[in-house]
Amino acid sequence: MTDSTESPDLQRRSGLTRLKEGTYGGFFAACAVITLLTTVAIIATLLSDALMFFAEVPIREFLFSTSWSPNPRGGGQSFGIVALVIGTLTVTITAAFVALPVGTLTAIYLSEYATSSARSILKPLLEILAGIPTVVYGYFALVYITPALKATLFPEMSTFNALSASLMVGIMTIPMVSSISEDAMSAVPDDLRQAGYGLGATKFEVSTGIVVPASISGIASSYILAVSRAIGETMIVVVAMGAQARMPAVRETLLGIPYINPTDVLLDSGMTITVAMVQIAGGDLTGGTIPYDAMFALGLTLFVVTLVMNVLSDLIAERYREEY
Amino acid sequence: MSNTETKPSDSLITTDVETGSNDRTAPSDRTAVAARDLNVFYGDEQAIDDVSMEIPEKRVTALIGPSGCGKSTFLRCINRMNDMIEVCRVEGDIEFGGKNVYDDDVDPVALRRKIGMVFQKPNPFPKSIRDNVAYGLKIQGFDGDVDERVEESLKGAALWDEVKDQLGSSGLDLSGGQQQRLCIARAIAPDPEVILMDEPTSALDPVAASKIEDLIDDLAEEYTVIIVTHNMQQAARISDRTAVFLTGGRLVEYDDTTKIFEDPEEQRVEDYITGKFG
Ligand SMILES: Nc1ncnc2c1ncn2[C@@H]1O[C@H](COP(=O)(O)OP(=O)(O)OP(=O)(O)O)[C@@H](O)[C@H]1O
Ligand SMILES: [Mg+2]
Repeated sequence: MTDSTESPDLQRRSGLTRLKEGTYGGFFAACAVITLLTTVAIIATLLSDALMFFAEVPIREFLFSTSWSPNPRGGGQSFGIVALVIGTLTVTITAAFVALPVGTLTAIYLSEYATSSARSILKPLLEILAGIPTVVYGYFALVYITPALKATLFPEMSTFNALSASLMVGIMTIPMVSSISEDAMSAVPDDLRQAGYGLGATKFEVSTGIVVPASISGIASSYILAVSRAIGETMIVVVAMGAQARMPAVRETLLGIPYINPTDVLLDSGMTITVAMVQIAGGDLTGGTIPYDAMFALGLTLFVVTLVMNVLSDLIAERYREEY
Repeated sequence: MSNTETKPSDSLITTDVETGSNDRTAPSDRTAVAARDLNVFYGDEQAIDDVSMEIPEKRVTALIGPSGCGKSTFLRCINRMNDMIEVCRVEGDIEFGGKNVYDDDVDPVALRRKIGMVFQKPNPFPKSIRDNVAYGLKIQGFDGDVDERVEESLKGAALWDEVKDQLGSSGLDLSGGQQQRLCIARAIAPDPEVILMDEPTSALDPVAASKIEDLIDDLAEEYTVIIVTHNMQQAARISDRTAVFLTGGRLVEYDDTTKIFEDPEEQRVEDYITGKFG
């Protein structure tokens, strides 16, 4: 101890180094602030224009009226969101029926069953699937899926229909479910699998009884992200589902409970919230008109729904977090 | 001709606590597991080199040796956990109940139901204590009283008194030593014949470790226990037979624990045990 003559170099760095560090810090902070400001600006615009809309159209009419016609030729606009909500729900639910099971099973295969070579081929393929522009999916639905369904299962189906569009949205979101779920499953420590195998569990029992429950929060998050994505999907729906805000016939069961026959919705054209917005934005409307403001009311509705979904996903992830 | 009658009486236990501190020092007359000309390779690298040994039933057999000498590999051959390592190749026989477990008609899943395993790091499932213990019963289609068996197993693992009021809470909320005893309860619940333990106390503090040691002593009343350990004193204290592996996956000496620790045949074994090597 005593024979160490030189004290360690504890001097502060030179002014230049510190200046450089400070500049980096400032630059990164500026980027963060830009992101934040953009978000705040978008929310503020949504809110203010939506408020202008609700000053003209009562919120009750917006939420409960079944007729959506923002620009009728003969006058008599109406801004009821119900038909649009039915369209969006149809797409989302149908897409979920495709994406959630297929995505989860794909994730289980990739994480638990696939050999490393199979995985090295499949994972990039899935990433490509995730990278295809959605308009391409849309045309694929219109040009291949609809004719195929028409020729086989549903001859009465119209050219633009909700079913093909929804199936395609489902296919598009499979990679989202599978890759996030697979990450969650791969993060399950190998110890747990070893414990399962050591007790004489089969691969299937280990996958479904140990790995999936241990990664359930990641899987649930992937579901919610995929559903949010389906709610917001626009291009596929514009191309393949047509753009008619059609209110399907409300029938009544024997007991007088109203219901909508799913095939009425699925096999016919329809409109989602996003498509209604595109349609307004695509017209030559200027600011200040009611249809223009309606776009923001729709945007706000979507924003609230997806925000709720995101919060939900965080809550679920928090609630079921496994410490392993 | 039952085994228990061949054991010396309890009065012999108390003295000579240094080695073989139990009443099972006489070799059992029945073999539970036998290796015959066993060679194991990971790719081109040989991890077990021509090992033959017979492991007696209802005894504690310790496998000791320096790191990397193939102890874990040998253990994983017994219940074919090596099957899951793509590069691993096994030659020779492991006989369990007179049957070579590497025969084509042996289902490794069925085999593992007869041979329980406890790992180095406690690895309870992120499930309740009860579900952890019941897991093996569930997958094996046990049709008896699950709760009763869970209780028996937790008692067998000396954990019941500590957890009986919290069976529904997560196994992960227990301390490390309790988790390891939970893993032991989980391993004995389906009533296997052999229990493999790979350094079961190396992640635990001395008090927790000594509880597990006591437990292993009790387990050998009913089960064949094969334990890998780096702790010489532990091997000396708890085992009846000791196998010393040295580098290259060779079994250098295998004998009664007392003999290995007091008067080994091989100089290398003595050097290893006294800490001059390894
Ligand atoms: N999964 C594996 N893939 C490739 N080689 C392996 C694998 N597992 C073990 N080996 C090699 O086999 C040899 C024996 O390993 P093993 O784990 O059986 O040793 P060990 O005696 O248990 O060591 P330790 O006391 O450190 O646990 C080592 O050289 C190791 O590198
Ligand atoms: Mg080891």
